[in-house]
Amino acid sequence: MATERDYGELLTLTFSTPMPYEWSIGKYGSLFFHEIRESQRFTGIRCPQCGKVYVPPRRLCAPCFKELDELIILPNLGSIMAFSVVNYPFPDPATGEQRPIPYTYGCIKIEGSDNIFNHVIDETNVEKIAVGMKVAAVFKGKEEMQGNIQDIRHFRILG
Amino acid sequence: MARRVAIVGTGQTDHRSHRPDVNGREMIYEAVKRALDDCQLSIHDIDAIIIGNMDHFESINYVDTWSVEGSGAVMKPIMKVTTGGTTGASVAIAAYYHVASGFFDKVLAIGWEKNSESDTTAAIITCSDPVWDRAFYSGAIPSLATEASAYMKQYGATQEDAARVAVRDRTNALSNPHAHLRKPITIEDVMASPMLAYPIKLLDVCPRTDGAAAVVFAADGVAQKIAPKPAWIRACAARHTYSWFGDVDYNAGLLSLQRASKEAYQRAGIREPADEIDVAELYLPYSYAGLKWIEDLGFCGPGEGPGFIRDGHTDMGGKIPVNPSGGVISTNCIGATALLRVAEAAMQVMGKAGQRQVPDVEVALATGFGGCFWSDVLILGKARP
Ligand SMILES: [Zn+2]
Repeated sequence: MATERDYGELLTLTFSTPMPYEWSIGKYGSLFFHEIRESQRFTGIRCPQCGKVYVPPRRLCAPCFKELDELIILPNLGSIMAFSVVNYPFPDPATGEQRPIPYTYGCIKIEGSDNIFNHVIDETNVEKIAVGMKVAAVFKGKEEMQGNIQDIRHFRILG
Repeated sequence: MARRVAIVGTGQTDHRSHRPDVNGREMIYEAVKRALDDCQLSIHDIDAIIIGNMDHFESINYVDTWSVEGSGAVMKPIMKVTTGGTTGASVAIAAYYHVASGFFDKVLAIGWEKNSESDTTAAIITCSDPVWDRAFYSGAIPSLATEASAYMKQYGATQEDAARVAVRDRTNALSNPHAHLRKPITIEDVMASPMLAYPIKLLDVCPRTDGAAAVVFAADGVAQKIAPKPAWIRACAARHTYSWFGDVDYNAGLLSLQRASKEAYQRAGIREPADEIDVAELYLPYSYAGLKWIEDLGFCGPGEGPGFIRDGHTDMGGKIPVNPSGGVISTNCIGATALLRVAEAAMQVMGKAGQRQVPDVEVALATGFGGCFWSDVLILGKARP
Protein backbone atom coordinates (compact mmCIF):
# COMPACT_ATOMS: atom_id res chain seq x y z
CA MET A 1 0.00 0.00 0.00
CA ALA A 2 3.09 2.26 0.12
CA THR A 3 2.57 5.23 -2.14
CA GLU A 4 4.92 8.01 -3.08
CA ARG A 5 4.96 10.89 -0.62
CA ASP A 6 2.86 13.77 -1.87
CA TYR A 7 4.85 16.88 -1.01
CA GLY A 8 2.13 19.41 -1.75
CA GLU A 9 1.91 22.54 0.36
CA LEU A 10 -0.54 20.92 2.81
CA LEU A 11 0.70 17.53 4.02
CA THR A 12 -1.24 14.55 5.39
CA LEU A 13 0.04 11.61 7.45
CA THR A 14 -0.90 8.08 6.37
CA PHE A 15 -1.49 5.11 8.69
CA SER A 16 -1.97 1.68 7.10
CA THR A 17 -0.75 -0.83 9.71
CA PRO A 18 -2.97 -3.90 10.35
CA MET A 19 -4.34 -4.11 13.92
CA PRO A 20 -5.55 -7.67 14.73
CA TYR A 21 -8.54 -8.44 16.99
CA GLU A 22 -9.98 -11.67 18.38
CA TRP A 23 -13.74 -11.56 19.01
CA SER A 24 -15.56 -14.06 21.24
CA ILE A 25 -18.48 -15.70 19.44
CA GLY A 26 -20.03 -17.03 22.66
CA LYS A 27 -21.73 -20.29 23.58
CA TYR A 28 -24.79 -20.11 21.35
CA GLY A 29 -23.00 -18.52 18.41
CA SER A 30 -20.34 -21.23 18.53
CA LEU A 31 -23.05 -23.88 18.62
CA PHE A 32 -24.63 -22.33 15.51
CA PHE A 33 -21.40 -22.82 13.54
CA HIS A 34 -20.87 -26.34 14.93
CA GLU A 35 -24.38 -27.34 13.78
CA ILE A 36 -23.72 -25.96 10.31
CA ARG A 37 -20.47 -27.90 10.09
CA GLU A 38 -21.86 -31.18 11.44
CA SER A 39 -25.39 -31.17 10.04
CA GLN A 40 -25.65 -28.31 7.53
CA ARG A 41 -28.62 -26.84 9.36
CA PHE A 42 -29.53 -23.63 11.17
CA THR A 43 -30.17 -23.27 14.89
CA GLY A 44 -32.42 -20.65 16.46
CA ILE A 45 -33.41 -19.83 20.02
CA ARG A 46 -36.79 -18.92 21.55
CA CYS A 47 -37.43 -16.20 24.14
CA PRO A 48 -39.39 -17.58 27.11
CA GLN A 49 -41.19 -14.26 27.57
CA CYS A 50 -42.20 -12.95 24.13
CA GLY A 51 -41.88 -16.27 22.25
CA LYS A 52 -39.79 -14.70 19.51
CA VAL A 53 -37.38 -17.09 17.74
CA TYR A 54 -33.99 -15.56 16.92
CA VAL A 55 -31.48 -16.81 14.37
CA PRO A 56 -28.52 -16.88 14.92
CA PRO A 57 -29.10 -17.92 18.55
CA ARG A 58 -28.08 -15.43 21.22
CA ARG A 59 -28.06 -15.31 24.99
CA LEU A 60 -30.40 -12.34 25.45
CA CYS A 61 -33.70 -10.97 24.14
CA ALA A 62 -33.17 -7.20 24.07
CA PRO A 63 -36.79 -5.95 24.42
CA CYS A 64 -37.57 -8.46 27.22
CA PHE A 65 -34.12 -8.28 28.84
CA LYS A 66 -34.40 -12.05 29.43
CA GLU A 67 -31.92 -14.90 29.11
CA LEU A 68 -32.76 -17.47 26.43
CA ASP A 69 -31.97 -21.22 26.42
CA GLU A 70 -34.57 -23.02 24.27
CA LEU A 71 -32.67 -23.98 21.13
CA ILE A 72 -34.65 -24.83 17.99
CA ILE A 73 -33.53 -26.52 14.77
CA LEU A 74 -34.56 -24.49 11.72
CA PRO A 75 -34.65 -25.34 8.00
CA ASN A 76 -32.09 -23.84 5.61
CA LEU A 77 -34.92 -22.09 3.80
CA GLY A 78 -36.21 -18.57 3.94
CA SER A 79 -37.72 -15.71 2.01
CA ILE A 80 -36.33 -12.33 0.93
CA MET A 81 -37.68 -9.49 3.08
CA ALA A 82 -35.47 -6.83 1.49
CA PHE A 83 -32.31 -6.69 -0.58
CA SER A 84 -29.81 -4.33 -2.11
CA VAL A 85 -27.23 -4.76 -4.85
CA VAL A 86 -23.99 -3.14 -3.67
CA ASN A 87 -22.24 -1.43 -6.55
CA TYR A 88 -19.74 0.98 -5.03
CA PRO A 89 -16.12 0.19 -4.11
CA PHE A 90 -14.80 0.42 -0.54
CA PRO A 91 -12.04 -1.15 1.58
CA ASP A 92 -13.25 -4.03 3.77
CA PRO A 93 -12.12 -3.38 7.37
CA ALA A 94 -12.00 -7.17 7.86
CA THR A 95 -9.31 -7.65 5.22
CA GLY A 96 -7.92 -4.23 4.38
CA GLU A 97 -8.58 -5.10 0.74
CA GLN A 98 -11.31 -3.82 -1.52
CA ARG A 99 -14.45 -5.95 -1.12
CA PRO A 100 -15.43 -7.56 -4.45
CA ILE A 101 -18.46 -5.88 -6.02
CA PRO A 102 -21.18 -6.14 -7.15
CA TYR A 103 -22.81 -8.35 -4.56
CA THR A 104 -26.34 -8.60 -3.23
CA TYR A 105 -26.99 -7.96 0.44
CA GLY A 106 -30.10 -9.90 1.44
CA CYS A 107 -32.40 -9.63 4.45
CA ILE A 108 -33.73 -13.15 4.76
CA LYS A 109 -36.50 -14.43 7.02
CA ILE A 110 -35.54 -18.01 7.87
CA GLU A 111 -38.62 -20.25 8.13
CA GLY A 112 -39.66 -20.66 11.75
CA SER A 113 -37.79 -17.57 12.96
CA ASP A 114 -39.03 -14.08 13.77
CA ASN A 115 -36.03 -11.91 13.01
CA ILE A 116 -34.02 -11.37 9.83
CA PHE A 117 -30.82 -13.14 8.85
CA ASN A 118 -28.48 -10.96 6.81
CA HIS A 119 -26.35 -12.61 4.16
CA VAL A 120 -25.53 -12.62 0.47
CA ILE A 121 -27.82 -13.70 -2.37
CA ASP A 122 -26.01 -15.09 -5.44
CA GLU A 123 -27.88 -12.95 -7.98
CA THR A 124 -26.87 -9.38 -8.85
CA ASN A 125 -29.42 -8.71 -11.59
CA VAL A 126 -32.06 -6.51 -9.95
CA GLU A 127 -34.65 -7.72 -12.49
CA LYS A 128 -34.28 -11.29 -11.23
CA ILE A 129 -34.69 -10.56 -7.49
CA ALA A 130 -37.90 -9.64 -5.71
CA VAL A 131 -39.05 -9.23 -2.14
CA GLY A 132 -40.93 -12.40 -1.14
CA MET A 133 -38.87 -14.85 -3.21
CA LYS A 134 -37.91 -18.15 -1.54
CA VAL A 135 -34.22 -18.82 -0.98
CA ALA A 136 -32.10 -21.72 0.29
CA ALA A 137 -28.73 -21.58 2.05
CA VAL A 138 -25.74 -23.02 0.18
CA PHE A 139 -22.96 -24.18 2.49
CA LYS A 140 -19.24 -24.58 1.90
CA GLY A 141 -17.81 -28.08 1.96
CA LYS A 142 -17.11 -29.30 5.50
CA GLU A 143 -13.33 -29.30 4.98
CA GLU A 144 -13.46 -25.65 3.80
CA MET A 145 -15.45 -24.40 6.79
CA GLN A 146 -13.81 -22.04 9.29
CA GLY A 147 -16.52 -21.60 11.93
CA ASN A 148 -17.56 -18.19 10.61
CA ILE A 149 -20.41 -16.63 8.69
CA GLN A 150 -18.75 -17.43 5.36
CA ASP A 151 -19.36 -21.15 6.09
CA ILE A 152 -22.67 -20.25 4.48
CA ARG A 153 -21.51 -19.54 0.94
CA HIS A 154 -24.66 -17.60 -0.02
CA PHE A 155 -28.41 -17.96 -0.46
CA ARG A 156 -29.73 -19.26 -3.75
CA ILE A 157 -33.06 -18.11 -5.20
CA LEU A 158 -35.60 -20.94 -5.55
CA GLY A 159 -38.18 -18.73 -7.27
CA MET B 1 -37.76 19.82 38.72
CA ALA B 2 -35.76 20.51 35.56
CA ARG B 3 -34.86 24.12 34.77
CA ARG B 4 -35.98 25.73 31.55
CA VAL B 5 -33.18 25.90 28.98
CA ALA B 6 -32.69 27.86 25.76
CA ILE B 7 -30.22 27.96 22.90
CA VAL B 8 -28.57 31.37 22.78
CA GLY B 9 -25.93 30.99 20.08
CA THR B 10 -24.87 28.78 17.18
CA GLY B 11 -21.81 28.48 14.99
CA GLN B 12 -20.71 26.31 12.10
CA THR B 13 -17.83 26.01 9.68
CA ASP B 14 -18.07 26.55 5.94
CA HIS B 15 -18.44 22.89 5.08
CA ARG B 16 -16.25 21.31 2.41
CA SER B 17 -15.37 17.83 1.19
CA HIS B 18 -11.76 18.23 2.32
CA ARG B 19 -10.12 20.72 4.69
CA PRO B 20 -6.41 19.87 4.53
CA ASP B 21 -5.72 23.42 5.74
CA VAL B 22 -6.85 22.59 9.29
CA ASN B 23 -6.48 19.65 11.66
CA GLY B 24 -9.55 18.48 13.63
CA ARG B 25 -8.89 20.74 16.62
CA GLU B 26 -8.44 23.79 14.44
CA MET B 27 -11.65 23.04 12.60
CA ILE B 28 -13.54 22.59 15.88
CA TYR B 29 -12.20 26.00 16.95
CA GLU B 30 -13.75 27.69 13.91
CA ALA B 31 -17.26 26.53 14.90
CA VAL B 32 -16.76 27.31 18.60
CA LYS B 33 -15.49 30.82 17.82
CA ARG B 34 -18.51 31.50 15.63
CA ALA B 35 -20.94 30.20 18.27
CA LEU B 36 -19.37 32.37 20.98
CA ASP B 37 -19.35 35.40 18.68
CA ASP B 38 -22.98 34.76 17.79
CA CYS B 39 -24.03 35.24 21.43
CA GLN B 40 -21.18 37.59 22.35
CA LEU B 41 -19.78 35.33 25.04
CA SER B 42 -16.17 34.50 25.75
CA ILE B 43 -14.91 30.96 26.36
CA HIS B 44 -14.51 32.02 30.02
CA ASP B 45 -18.29 32.32 30.28
CA ILE B 46 -18.76 28.62 29.41
CA ASP B 47 -19.21 26.28 32.41
CA ALA B 48 -19.01 22.86 30.70
CA ILE B 49 -18.57 21.31 27.26
CA ILE B 50 -20.04 18.24 25.54
CA ILE B 51 -18.29 17.06 22.38
CA GLY B 52 -18.99 14.22 19.98
CA ASN B 53 -17.99 12.64 16.69
CA MET B 54 -17.97 9.20 15.07
CA ASP B 55 -15.73 6.59 16.67
CA HIS B 56 -13.16 5.27 14.19
CA PHE B 57 -13.51 8.03 11.61
CA GLU B 58 -10.36 9.90 12.59
CA SER B 59 -8.94 7.17 14.84
CA ILE B 60 -8.83 9.58 17.79
CA ASN B 61 -10.05 7.72 20.88
CA TYR B 62 -9.92 10.51 23.45
CA VAL B 63 -11.56 13.30 21.56
CA ASP B 64 -12.59 15.05 24.77
CA THR B 65 -8.99 15.55 25.92
CA TRP B 66 -7.40 15.71 22.47
CA SER B 67 -9.67 18.52 21.32
CA VAL B 68 -9.30 20.99 24.20
CA GLU B 69 -7.32 23.64 22.34
CA GLY B 70 -10.15 23.88 19.81
CA SER B 71 -13.09 23.34 22.14
CA GLY B 72 -11.77 25.70 24.79
CA ALA B 73 -12.14 23.05 27.50
CA VAL B 74 -8.84 23.62 29.32
CA MET B 75 -9.63 23.35 33.07
CA LYS B 76 -13.35 22.87 32.41
CA PRO B 77 -15.60 19.81 32.63
CA ILE B 78 -15.77 18.20 29.17
CA MET B 79 -17.20 14.84 28.17
CA LYS B 80 -17.47 12.96 24.93
CA VAL B 81 -20.85 11.62 23.86
CA THR B 82 -21.00 9.44 20.79
CA THR B 83 -24.05 7.61 19.49
CA GLY B 84 -23.28 7.14 15.79
CA GLY B 85 -25.25 9.29 13.37
CA THR B 86 -27.30 10.75 16.21
CA THR B 87 -24.15 12.01 17.96
CA GLY B 88 -24.87 15.65 17.17
CA ALA B 89 -28.40 15.48 18.62
CA SER B 90 -27.13 13.46 21.57
CA VAL B 91 -24.54 16.13 22.47
CA ALA B 92 -27.34 18.70 22.25
CA ILE B 93 -29.57 16.64 24.54
CA ALA B 94 -26.68 16.03 26.95
CA ALA B 95 -25.92 19.78 27.03
CA TYR B 96 -29.62 20.41 27.71
CA TYR B 97 -29.57 17.91 30.59
CA HIS B 98 -26.46 19.60 32.03
CA VAL B 99 -28.18 22.99 32.14
CA ALA B 100 -31.61 21.65 33.12
CA SER B 101 -30.03 19.85 36.08
CA GLY B 102 -29.11 23.13 37.68
CA PHE B 103 -25.41 22.31 37.91
CA PHE B 104 -24.32 24.45 34.94
CA ASP B 105 -25.67 27.75 33.56
CA LYS B 106 -23.95 27.87 30.17
CA VAL B 107 -22.94 24.74 28.31
CA LEU B 108 -21.34 24.39 24.88
CA ALA B 109 -22.27 21.44 22.63
CA ILE B 110 -19.88 20.54 19.81
CA GLY B 111 -20.16 18.05 16.96
CA TRP B 112 -17.51 17.60 14.31
CA GLU B 113 -16.14 15.27 11.67
CA LYS B 114 -13.22 15.11 9.28
CA ASN B 115 -14.76 12.61 6.92
CA SER B 116 -11.83 13.08 4.57
CA GLU B 117 -9.44 11.43 7.03
CA SER B 118 -10.63 7.85 6.51
CA ASP B 119 -12.85 5.78 4.25
CA THR B 120 -16.34 6.57 5.56
CA THR B 121 -17.83 3.24 4.50
CA ALA B 122 -15.02 1.18 6.02
CA ALA B 123 -15.27 3.21 9.25
CA ILE B 124 -19.06 2.79 9.44
CA ILE B 125 -18.73 -0.96 8.88
CA THR B 126 -16.91 -1.17 12.20
CA CYS B 127 -20.22 -0.29 13.91
CA SER B 128 -21.65 -3.65 12.81
CA ASP B 129 -21.23 -6.87 14.76
CA PRO B 130 -17.87 -8.42 13.80
CA VAL B 131 -19.09 -12.02 13.99
CA TRP B 132 -22.50 -11.81 12.32
CA ASP B 133 -22.99 -8.63 10.33
CA ARG B 134 -19.64 -7.22 9.28
CA ALA B 135 -18.74 -9.63 6.48
CA PHE B 136 -21.57 -8.48 4.21
CA TYR B 137 -22.54 -5.12 5.68
CA SER B 138 -21.29 -2.32 3.47
CA GLY B 139 -22.03 0.81 5.47
CA ALA B 140 -25.07 3.02 5.67
CA ILE B 141 -26.23 2.79 2.06
CA PRO B 142 -27.43 -0.83 1.76
CA SER B 143 -29.25 -0.91 5.09
CA LEU B 144 -31.05 2.21 3.90
CA ALA B 145 -31.50 0.63 0.47
CA THR B 146 -33.19 -2.38 2.03
CA GLU B 147 -35.50 -0.05 3.93
CA ALA B 148 -36.25 1.84 0.70
CA SER B 149 -36.95 -1.29 -1.34
CA ALA B 150 -39.33 -2.57 1.34
CA TYR B 151 -41.12 0.84 1.40
CA MET B 152 -41.46 0.93 -2.40
CA LYS B 153 -42.88 -2.58 -2.38
CA GLN B 154 -45.35 -1.74 0.41
CA TYR B 155 -46.69 1.58 -0.96
CA GLY B 156 -45.74 1.71 -4.62
CA ALA B 157 -43.43 4.72 -4.15
CA THR B 158 -41.12 5.36 -7.11
CA GLN B 159 -37.52 6.43 -7.59
CA GLU B 160 -38.83 9.74 -8.98
CA ASP B 161 -40.77 10.33 -5.75
CA ALA B 162 -37.51 10.02 -3.83
CA ALA B 163 -35.60 12.17 -6.32
CA ARG B 164 -38.04 15.01 -5.56
CA VAL B 165 -36.76 15.03 -1.95
CA ALA B 166 -33.12 15.30 -3.06
CA VAL B 167 -34.00 18.15 -5.43
CA ARG B 168 -35.86 19.99 -2.64
CA ASP B 169 -32.93 19.79 -0.22
CA ARG B 170 -30.27 20.62 -2.79
CA THR B 171 -32.34 23.60 -3.98
CA ASN B 172 -32.62 24.87 -0.39
CA ALA B 173 -28.83 24.57 0.02
CA LEU B 174 -28.41 27.32 -2.58
CA SER B 175 -29.60 29.78 0.12
CA ASN B 176 -27.20 28.45 2.78
CA PRO B 177 -23.68 29.93 2.54
CA HIS B 178 -22.31 27.19 4.86
CA ALA B 179 -23.63 24.22 2.84
CA HIS B 180 -21.19 21.80 1.21
CA LEU B 181 -23.02 20.98 -2.07
CA ARG B 182 -24.37 24.16 -3.62
CA LYS B 183 -25.09 23.23 -7.23
CA PRO B 184 -28.71 22.96 -8.35
CA ILE B 185 -29.92 19.51 -9.49
CA THR B 186 -33.04 18.22 -11.24
CA ILE B 187 -35.06 15.01 -10.97
CA GLU B 188 -33.49 13.95 -14.27
CA ASP B 189 -30.00 14.46 -12.78
CA VAL B 190 -30.89 12.24 -9.83
CA MET B 191 -32.34 9.53 -12.07
CA ALA B 192 -29.27 9.59 -14.32
CA SER B 193 -26.73 9.46 -11.47
CA PRO B 194 -24.86 6.16 -10.88
CA MET B 195 -26.69 3.38 -9.02
CA LEU B 196 -24.85 2.76 -5.74
CA ALA B 197 -27.14 0.15 -4.22
CA TYR B 198 -30.58 -0.34 -5.71
CA PRO B 199 -32.69 1.83 -5.45
CA ILE B 200 -30.22 4.43 -4.13
CA LYS B 201 -28.31 6.49 -6.67
CA LEU B 202 -25.43 8.88 -6.08
CA LEU B 203 -27.63 11.99 -5.89
CA ASP B 204 -30.11 10.30 -3.52
CA VAL B 205 -27.55 10.13 -0.77
CA CYS B 206 -25.57 12.45 1.52
CA PRO B 207 -21.99 13.49 0.74
CA ARG B 208 -18.93 13.13 3.00
CA THR B 209 -18.02 16.45 4.55
CA ASP B 210 -15.37 18.03 6.75
CA GLY B 211 -17.09 20.36 9.19
CA ALA B 212 -18.02 21.27 12.75
CA ALA B 213 -20.96 22.82 14.61
CA ALA B 214 -21.25 24.39 18.06
CA VAL B 215 -24.33 25.44 20.04
CA VAL B 216 -24.53 27.35 23.34
CA PHE B 217 -27.24 26.34 25.84
CA ALA B 218 -28.16 28.61 28.77
CA ALA B 219 -30.44 28.46 31.79
CA ASP B 220 -33.67 30.38 32.28
CA GLY B 221 -32.79 33.83 33.60
CA VAL B 222 -29.32 33.71 32.06
CA ALA B 223 -30.49 32.97 28.52
CA GLN B 224 -32.68 36.07 28.20
CA LYS B 225 -29.73 38.30 29.16
CA ILE B 226 -27.52 36.72 26.49
CA ALA B 227 -30.00 36.55 23.63
CA PRO B 228 -33.02 38.81 23.13
CA LYS B 229 -34.91 35.97 21.40
CA PRO B 230 -33.48 32.65 22.57
CA ALA B 231 -34.75 29.32 21.20
CA TRP B 232 -36.32 27.46 24.11
CA ILE B 233 -36.08 23.69 24.38
CA ARG B 234 -39.70 22.55 24.52
CA ALA B 235 -38.98 18.82 24.49
CA CYS B 236 -36.40 16.23 23.60
CA ALA B 237 -36.55 12.44 23.33
CA ALA B 238 -34.26 9.62 22.27
CA ARG B 239 -35.03 6.03 21.28
CA HIS B 240 -32.66 3.22 20.43
CA THR B 241 -34.42 0.16 19.13
CA TYR B 242 -32.09 -2.50 17.77
CA SER B 243 -28.71 -4.03 18.38
CA TRP B 244 -28.79 -6.53 15.51
CA PHE B 245 -29.50 -5.39 11.97
CA GLY B 246 -31.66 -8.49 11.59
CA ASP B 247 -34.06 -7.29 14.28
CA VAL B 248 -35.27 -4.36 12.18
CA ASP B 249 -38.88 -4.70 11.09
CA TYR B 250 -38.69 -2.76 7.83
CA ASN B 251 -42.43 -2.84 7.32
CA ALA B 252 -43.16 -1.21 10.68
CA GLY B 253 -41.55 2.08 9.65
CA LEU B 254 -38.83 3.80 11.64
CA LEU B 255 -40.13 2.73 15.05
CA SER B 256 -37.53 4.73 17.01
CA LEU B 257 -38.62 7.94 15.28
CA GLN B 258 -42.32 7.13 15.79
CA ARG B 259 -41.78 6.65 19.52
CA ALA B 260 -39.34 9.52 20.08
CA SER B 261 -41.49 12.03 18.19
CA LYS B 262 -44.65 10.86 19.97
CA GLU B 263 -43.02 11.48 23.33
CA ALA B 264 -41.65 14.86 22.26
CA TYR B 265 -45.02 15.98 20.82
CA GLN B 266 -46.74 14.96 24.04
CA ARG B 267 -44.29 16.97 26.17
CA ALA B 268 -44.58 19.99 23.90
CA GLY B 269 -48.38 19.68 23.69
CA ILE B 270 -48.39 19.16 19.92
CA ARG B 271 -51.35 17.24 18.47
CA GLU B 272 -51.16 17.98 14.75
CA PRO B 273 -47.45 18.16 13.93
CA ALA B 274 -47.82 19.35 10.33
CA ASP B 275 -50.12 22.19 11.44
CA GLU B 276 -48.40 23.18 14.67
CA ILE B 277 -44.73 22.93 13.66
CA ASP B 278 -43.54 25.79 11.46
CA VAL B 279 -40.29 24.33 10.16
CA ALA B 280 -38.44 21.01 10.42
CA GLU B 281 -34.72 20.27 10.12
CA LEU B 282 -34.70 16.51 9.65
CA TYR B 283 -31.73 14.16 9.59
CA LEU B 284 -32.56 12.63 6.20
CA PRO B 285 -29.37 10.85 5.09
CA TYR B 286 -30.97 9.78 1.83
CA SER B 287 -33.92 10.83 -0.28
CA TYR B 288 -36.26 7.91 0.53
CA ALA B 289 -36.16 8.91 4.21
CA GLY B 290 -37.84 12.15 3.14
CA LEU B 291 -40.84 10.08 2.02
CA LYS B 292 -41.05 7.46 4.74
CA TRP B 293 -39.84 9.18 7.87
CA ILE B 294 -42.25 12.14 7.56
CA GLU B 295 -44.94 9.48 7.93
CA ASP B 296 -43.23 8.19 11.09
CA LEU B 297 -43.16 11.81 12.32
CA GLY B 298 -46.91 12.07 11.71
CA PHE B 299 -46.71 14.83 9.08
CA CYS B 300 -48.96 12.58 6.96
CA GLY B 301 -50.37 9.06 7.06
CA PRO B 302 -48.64 5.79 6.10
CA GLY B 303 -47.95 5.69 2.36
CA GLU B 304 -48.88 9.37 1.94
CA GLY B 305 -45.28 10.65 1.95
CA PRO B 306 -44.81 10.78 -1.84
CA GLY B 307 -48.06 12.76 -2.33
CA PHE B 308 -47.25 15.10 0.56
CA ILE B 309 -43.89 15.92 -1.08
CA ARG B 310 -45.36 16.17 -4.59
CA ASP B 311 -47.97 18.68 -3.37
CA GLY B 312 -45.18 20.95 -2.15
CA HIS B 313 -46.13 20.89 1.54
CA THR B 314 -42.49 20.56 2.60
CA ASP B 315 -41.11 23.19 0.22
CA MET B 316 -40.13 26.70 1.34
CA GLY B 317 -43.49 28.49 1.58
CA GLY B 318 -45.32 25.19 2.09
CA LYS B 319 -47.32 23.93 5.07
CA ILE B 320 -44.21 22.67 6.90
CA PRO B 321 -40.94 23.55 5.16
CA VAL B 322 -38.37 20.78 5.61
CA ASN B 323 -34.60 21.39 5.63
CA PRO B 324 -34.27 25.07 4.67
CA SER B 325 -30.53 24.56 5.29
CA GLY B 326 -30.27 22.01 2.49
CA GLY B 327 -30.25 19.16 4.96
CA VAL B 328 -27.97 16.16 5.18
CA ILE B 329 -28.09 15.50 1.43
CA SER B 330 -26.21 18.79 0.99
CA THR B 331 -23.87 18.66 4.02
CA ASN B 332 -22.80 15.66 6.06
CA CYS B 333 -19.97 16.09 8.54
CA ILE B 334 -21.44 13.16 10.45
CA GLY B 335 -20.67 13.93 14.11
CA ALA B 336 -21.88 17.49 13.45
CA THR B 337 -24.79 16.58 11.20
CA ALA B 338 -27.50 16.16 13.84
CA LEU B 339 -26.21 19.18 15.80
CA LEU B 340 -26.53 21.21 12.59
CA ARG B 341 -30.21 20.22 12.56
CA VAL B 342 -30.56 21.60 16.11
CA ALA B 343 -28.54 24.73 15.26
CA GLU B 344 -30.56 25.40 12.12
CA ALA B 345 -33.86 24.89 13.99
CA ALA B 346 -32.63 27.32 16.67
CA MET B 347 -31.63 29.88 14.02
CA GLN B 348 -35.13 29.62 12.53
CA VAL B 349 -36.73 30.27 15.93
CA MET B 350 -34.33 33.13 16.67
CA GLY B 351 -34.94 34.72 13.25
CA LYS B 352 -31.27 34.40 12.35
CA ALA B 353 -31.49 32.08 9.35
CA GLY B 354 -30.76 34.77 6.76
CA GLN B 355 -31.80 33.92 3.21
CA ARG B 356 -33.14 30.55 4.33
CA GLN B 357 -35.39 32.03 7.06
CA VAL B 358 -38.97 30.72 7.22
CA PRO B 359 -41.23 33.64 8.25
CA ASP B 360 -42.70 33.77 11.78
CA VAL B 361 -41.36 30.54 13.23
CA GLU B 362 -42.89 29.79 16.64
CA VAL B 363 -42.05 26.07 16.79
CA ALA B 364 -39.24 24.14 15.07
CA LEU B 365 -38.43 20.44 15.00
CA ALA B 366 -34.96 18.89 14.75
CA THR B 367 -34.16 15.18 14.44
CA GLY B 368 -31.12 12.94 14.49
CA PHE B 369 -30.77 9.50 12.93
CA GLY B 370 -28.07 6.92 13.41
CA GLY B 371 -27.24 3.29 13.04
CA CYS B 372 -28.67 1.04 14.17
CA PHE B 373 -31.99 2.76 13.43
CA TRP B 374 -31.81 5.10 16.45
CA SER B 375 -33.64 8.44 16.61
CA ASP B 376 -33.32 11.66 18.60
CA VAL B 377 -35.99 14.39 18.48
CA LEU B 378 -35.86 17.99 19.76
CA ILE B 379 -38.61 20.60 19.67
CA LEU B 380 -37.63 24.26 20.00
CA GLY B 381 -39.93 27.24 20.46
CA LYS B 382 -40.00 31.01 20.59
CA ALA B 383 -42.24 31.10 23.69
CA ARG B 384 -40.71 30.36 27.10
CA PRO B 385 -42.29 27.01 28.07
ZN1 LIG C 1 -38.34 -11.70 24.37
